[in-house]
Amino acid sequence: MEQGPAGGSGPAAAAAAAAAAAAGTGGLLLPLSETEQQRYSELFSRCCPPPEAAAGGSSVGELFRASQLPPDTLHQITEVCGAKRVGYFGPAQFYIALKLIAAAQSGFPVRIESIKNELPLPRFMALKNDTEVRYGTPAEFHGVKFQVPHATLEKNSYKRTDEGDKQEPKSPPMSPICSPPASPSTYQRIPLSYGYGKARSGLEQQHGAPYEVRHSTHQQDGPSSGNYGAKSALTCSTPNRSLSVEREQQDSSSQYSDDPWRITEEQRDYYINQFRSLQPDLNAFISGSVAKNFFTKSKLPIPELSHIWELSDVDCDGALTLPEFCAAFHLVVARKNGYQLPETLPETLLPEYLQAACLKPVRECALFDSYSEPLPSSQQTRDFSRAEKSSTEEVPDNSTLLQDGKKDDKQAVKVSTTLKTIPKEFQHLTVKAAAQEPNALRARPRSRSYSSTSIEDAMKKGEEPPTPPPRPQKSHSRASSLDLNKIFQQNTQAVRSGWLPPPPPALPPRPSVSQEVVLAQPPSKPARRKLRTEAQGLETPELSPTINVTSSLPAVKPHLPVQKQSSKQKRAIQTAIRKNKEANAVLARLNSELQQQLKEVHKERIALETQLEQLRPVTVL
Amino acid sequence: SRQCGLLCSQNYPLYIRSVPTENELKFHYTVHTSLDVVDEKISAMGKALVDQRELYLGLLYPTEDYKVYGYVTNSKVKFVMVVDSSNTALRDNEIRSMFRKLHNSYTDIMCNPFYNPGDRIHSRAFDTMVNSMMMQVC
Repeated sequence: MEQGPAGGSGPAAAAAAAAAAAAGTGGLLLPLSETEQQRYSELFSRCCPPPEAAAGGSSVGELFRASQLPPDTLHQITEVCGAKRVGYFGPAQFYIALKLIAAAQSGFPVRIESIKNELPLPRFMALKNDTEVRYGTPAEFHGVKFQVPHATLEKNSYKRTDEGDKQEPKSPPMSPICSPPASPSTYQRIPLSYGYGKARSGLEQQHGAPYEVRHSTHQQDGPSSGNYGAKSALTCSTPNRSLSVEREQQDSSSQYSDDPWRITEEQRDYYINQFRSLQPDLNAFISGSVAKNFFTKSKLPIPELSHIWELSDVDCDGALTLPEFCAAFHLVVARKNGYQLPETLPETLLPEYLQAACLKPVRECALFDSYSEPLPSSQQTRDFSRAEKSSTEEVPDNSTLLQDGKKDDKQAVKVSTTLKTIPKEFQHLTVKAAAQEPNALRARPRSRSYSSTSIEDAMKKGEEPPTPPPRPQKSHSRASSLDLNKIFQQNTQAVRSGWLPPPPPALPPRPSVSQEVVLAQPPSKPARRKLRTEAQGLETPELSPTINVTSSLPAVKPHLPVQKQSSKQKRAIQTAIRKNKEANAVLARLNSELQQQLKEVHKERIALETQLEQLRPVTVL
Repeated sequence: SRQCGLLCSQNYPLYIRSVPTENELKFHYTVHTSLDVVDEKISAMGKALVDQRELYLGLLYPTEDYKVYGYVTNSKVKFVMVVDSSNTALRDNEIRSMFRKLHNSYTDIMCNPFYNPGDRIHSRAFDTMVNSMMMQVC
């Protein structure tokens, strides 16, 4: 991007640098007015000391947060301005980002086109010398149809920011996922799972999350920033590991603020715990197949995992020692946060470097545990309070739209309360287990057995202990509902074909119930989709299935009010859908594991064939 | 110019690289035809002792302006290398050491649990090694 006919008022260096760094935006000519240039260069020099070419991520994050835009918008801005592409905030990216912030504060969508117009300067709350006022009426967006999930999200967030609410909508982290159009099929979690192309959206979160998360500890804005930091910690694209990693980043001191390849203490502790779960002896190896299963759960594509392995298995022995494992895990986490994998192993991840460091925390574990414990719990309480707050906020917002909004709120509250009881479990399956427990009596004993299968245990192990609870699971709200029903039926059929002993017993009862519900309530589906957009997150759907199913039973009783019936049935549908998605995920993992076993057997076969041929007197090929 | 081809026991390529890249098809063809020669040599080995010598098949056949060298691993994965005849500086020992390096890199790839035997090789480390090797010679 070049600063076109901008006046020469800005520092020449900044202008030159901006012109020189004509990086990721693809040669976009962006005219800046004099005042804008002045202000931007001021901000830029504030964010980055003059000799450097790029703004430090931490100060940029602080600045962006001071703009009081919701984190999803900031993520979007980061993506659009090109910082994610070049990996840093060069002057060009920074200026574009500032422009986008101004646009966002004025109520325009975050797009390159919107910043081509004249805009007021972006407003940053914490900064003393803020000038501009943002106009724009988010209220006008409020009336926009709420069908579009991420549009809804943005509009809600605009509305809220305009009202000066510090409240974050529940699913802001979802919007980066939604912003690449039509991500309904992704079961919320991983944009990376559908290819490198989508990894870009994860990358923006990387920019959003790390610096925002890190500096949430420095925030003086109290709950808002805390919520914000907590929210950004809940990047939806990063399931368990990255989530806890980010939170750990937040908790840790920011001495290594901008080095993504440096492992923080909490991260290391976490990695060590995970290592222990795979291999109790910290001095021994994790074999290749065990490690493969473990890392496959991260849902990164196999070539990337292969590359990560190559980088981290320095001695190429097909097994991971503790430092190698930490390095590999850290790379996985970084990749899930959107960082591109390096070509060679960074210094800070070398086994020798990690060896010394890894041994230390084992001793200091006790200290850090006590240190990190209150932080994650406080984090969680913040998250919960946010979830609850947002759920209560949801009520007034949604009451005008859908009566079903209240259901989500209840679900959200229930989610948070349930989650509080399991601080250390990882959402997905663990939430399901938790959800099952309150409903165990009424619901299905079989689902309990389902959750206790070895597969789930293994998966639970593979997930992050520090829970980021209300993961905005807003995912596949609408379009997926249809697909889910198909998957639903396919799933039940696959299950009945006797694929695996543990899951099948659990599944059949649910589909039948939910199918009845589905058939009974076709008109409620569109409403449900809209509902989903405001859904709290993964946990909500997790819980809602169980809640719905259980509530569908009372719904059958005639004396219940009709409204509750329909909502409960909706919840039942949602619950069932979620359950099936989980089952799908489980089966997919099982499939991959079995594939791996097949490969191993194949290898053995090759070895045996080789031996056989060597033993034969005449080799016939 | 040189080409280095790596083929597996089912005779489909796992990895094929040519430097420089013109006439690539010709080298691909050469590599594939040399497979027959490799098979011949392997079957002729009979009850072979498994050691480095047996793995290295030596000059498979010299043609107009290039020579083809072969190497086979214990799991019947074949390495084929095509070099210019004009490159007389290349001695047998050097070829052997190159094959050894290839074999080592290949085993490193096999150590990667995410690599399924029979897949094409996309390892960056392997690419780097092959590139450096080929640059050395050219």
